[in-house]
Amino acid sequence: MSQVPLSHILILSTALFFIGMYGLFTRRNMITMLMSVELILNSVNINFVAFNKYLYPDKLEGVFFSLFIIAIAAAEAAVAIAIIINLYRNFRSIDVEDAGEMKF
Amino acid sequence: MPNYAYIVLIPLLPLAAFVVLGLFGRKYFRGASGGIGTLAVLVSAGLSIWTAYQYFFADAGGVGGGVAGGGLDAGGGGGYHPVIALKAPWLSFSPGLSIDMSVILDPISVMMIVVVSFVSLMVHVFSLGYMKGEERYGTFFAFLGLFTFSMLGLVLSGNIFEIYIFWELVGCSSFLLIGFYFDRPTAVAAAKKAFIVTRFADLGFLIGILILSFHAETLDFRELIQRLTEPSSQLAGITTASFLGISLLSWGLFLVFVGGAGKSALFPLHVWLPDAMEGPTPVSALIHAATMVVAGVYLVARLYPVFAYADPAVLRVVLYVGGLSAFLAAIIACTQTDIKRVLAYSTMSQIGYMMLALGTFHPAGEAGGLGFTASMFHLFTHAFFKALLFLCAGVIIHRMHSNEMKDMGGLRKLLPLTHACFLIACLAIAGIPPFSGFFSKEDILLAAWHADKLVYGVALLTSGLTAFYMFRLYFSVFWGRPLREVGGYHGHGDGGAEVKAKAEVEVEAPFTMKLPLVILAMGAVLAGFIPFNRLVTYDGLPQASHGIGLFAVGPVALALVGVLGAAYLYFKESGRPAKFAAALGGLYRLAYHKFYIDEVYTFITKKIIFNLIGRPAAWIDRYIVDGLMNLLATVTARISAGIKGLQSGKLQDYVLYFFAGIAGLTILFIYLYT
Repeated sequence: MSQVPLSHILILSTALFFIGMYGLFTRRNMITMLMSVELILNSVNINFVAFNKYLYPDKLEGVFFSLFIIAIAAAEAAVAIAIIINLYRNFRSIDVEDAGEMKF
Repeated sequence: MPNYAYIVLIPLLPLAAFVVLGLFGRKYFRGASGGIGTLAVLVSAGLSIWTAYQYFFADAGGVGGGVAGGGLDAGGGGGYHPVIALKAPWLSFSPGLSIDMSVILDPISVMMIVVVSFVSLMVHVFSLGYMKGEERYGTFFAFLGLFTFSMLGLVLSGNIFEIYIFWELVGCSSFLLIGFYFDRPTAVAAAKKAFIVTRFADLGFLIGILILSFHAETLDFRELIQRLTEPSSQLAGITTASFLGISLLSWGLFLVFVGGAGKSALFPLHVWLPDAMEGPTPVSALIHAATMVVAGVYLVARLYPVFAYADPAVLRVVLYVGGLSAFLAAIIACTQTDIKRVLAYSTMSQIGYMMLALGTFHPAGEAGGLGFTASMFHLFTHAFFKALLFLCAGVIIHRMHSNEMKDMGGLRKLLPLTHACFLIACLAIAGIPPFSGFFSKEDILLAAWHADKLVYGVALLTSGLTAFYMFRLYFSVFWGRPLREVGGYHGHGDGGAEVKAKAEVEVEAPFTMKLPLVILAMGAVLAGFIPFNRLVTYDGLPQASHGIGLFAVGPVALALVGVLGAAYLYFKESGRPAKFAAALGGLYRLAYHKFYIDEVYTFITKKIIFNLIGRPAAWIDRYIVDGLMNLLATVTARISAGIKGLQSGKLQDYVLYFFAGIAGLTILFIYLYT
């Protein structure tokens, strides 16, 4: 079985990254924005794992790093959801357009 | 050599009184504050007199014997040497240069502590009666204590910077006491004027100190004098280096003299003294007659060896300024009608006399140190009779509620004791033998005769004028028109008078006011017999006493002429003074308006300084300094207004900035690292 070339995987992760970014910019709903952030994080994970596999097959740092990122993403999701709940309590909405009071 | 360390108590006791009264006097012992202040000064005065006794008689070897034996030439080798009673380093700049708090005892400082503490004691006692019922009774005594402390500290200073510190302190307490009735605008203005004028002169003093001490590399008086008067030392710099063609030593001394002239109200810095009479009369007696105003004389005397060593031009300046002040003030005094102002100008005139005497030093002349002794002698006697005059004026003002001479007349029946004391003081100041002023004035005239005939003439004329204006005051207050019933309440009496009860009108004055008069009157009579030429001399060695023979005839005759002239004009109420004044015309008006010196000052400050310096300075401040600040603020405000839109509160805007920043940095790194 011939190996998938590295470039394919990088294209995948880049696509994933920009899909996430697009979601972050266009969505007004905080939950979907949070999901977009998860996409971005996962694109980075894929990069880490792929580079580890292709460039330094005898080392494990990239794999460990992606594990760290997954853990942090879980923590970040918890914090983000807490923020979203508070936002909802204050504004009766989780639309970021409605929470535009922190300005000059 | 006995221990003189107790001397430090002399200034510290009044300071303690000041602190206690200043902090608690108003609340806890309102009534007793006068007693506390007086007690402190009483102990100080006792210690001062004891010190003087110990220094001059018990402790002074050969000279003491000479005085006690009454011999003309008082043993050889003796003499009074300066004693450093106490020395504590206070502020040390470098090993050689430090400001020490030291106490120096030499004939002039010992004489001065006696004068200051004694007059202060008399004034304290007098104030017990005079200021009774006053709202700020405790504060008054606190201020008096502060002044007494500062003045005693000033005369005992053994360090030129220490003297400067006390110099400012007396200026400050003088300011506080002139402005004691701070609800009167004139008093406030007078206090400010006194402060500003003397402060202005003190600037000269400070620069003088800096020049002298920079070259002598010490601040200690003894070393300063020693180093500055040594011709062979490496201090050649100060005599050769020059500014505007005058050596730096002369400049330094001249500037020190300017400081002294400001404090001593010499022409042309005298303008504050007559206005200072707005203060309570006991204050005028203490500060503006007997003690503080002679600080300038004392300062010159303290640095006298340096003055004598330096270019004679400096002492010429002292001589002429003194003579001019004495003469001008005497003329002005002849025309004033406010009783305290007459006395103020008379003070100025007498201080001019003292300065004149200091200026008569002749290195080669036979009368070398005569002027010095004469000046100190006159300072001593003047303190007695001038304080007495002011206190008498205090009694009169207290009784009449007026300062104006034309409200008075025939008071001799109403105030018999004051009348007697005032007469004694007038005789003393006029120089009629055997009252004290006669002796000191003769010495000064003799010194002036040896130094400069022109100045002698001026001094002689001044002494005649002195007799005239003093007896003008005396006759118009105590004789003149017949006594009228005291009913004319004029409202501008000297504070505190309002409180007096009707019943008190029958009495001349309370006992506490009479006692100082009697004691000072005795001083005014007897002070002349103290053998000053043995005790207080320029080099510490006794001088041979010179007979007062035929030389005295001229001045005494002139003084008698002055007295008779005053009697002719003012003994009975008549139109003579007015006719006389009319005959003099412009000259009289000139003197009446004090030679328009105040107007000149007003012109200079208002028209010249305000317009030429004040306005441009204000313009620069308003448009350049403020403009710069406004520009900065405007620019900041504009920029922030421009960029505050970025802070939109929209989350996705921030995300955009964030990613844009990341992208920008990424591009930058890629560009840089490849």
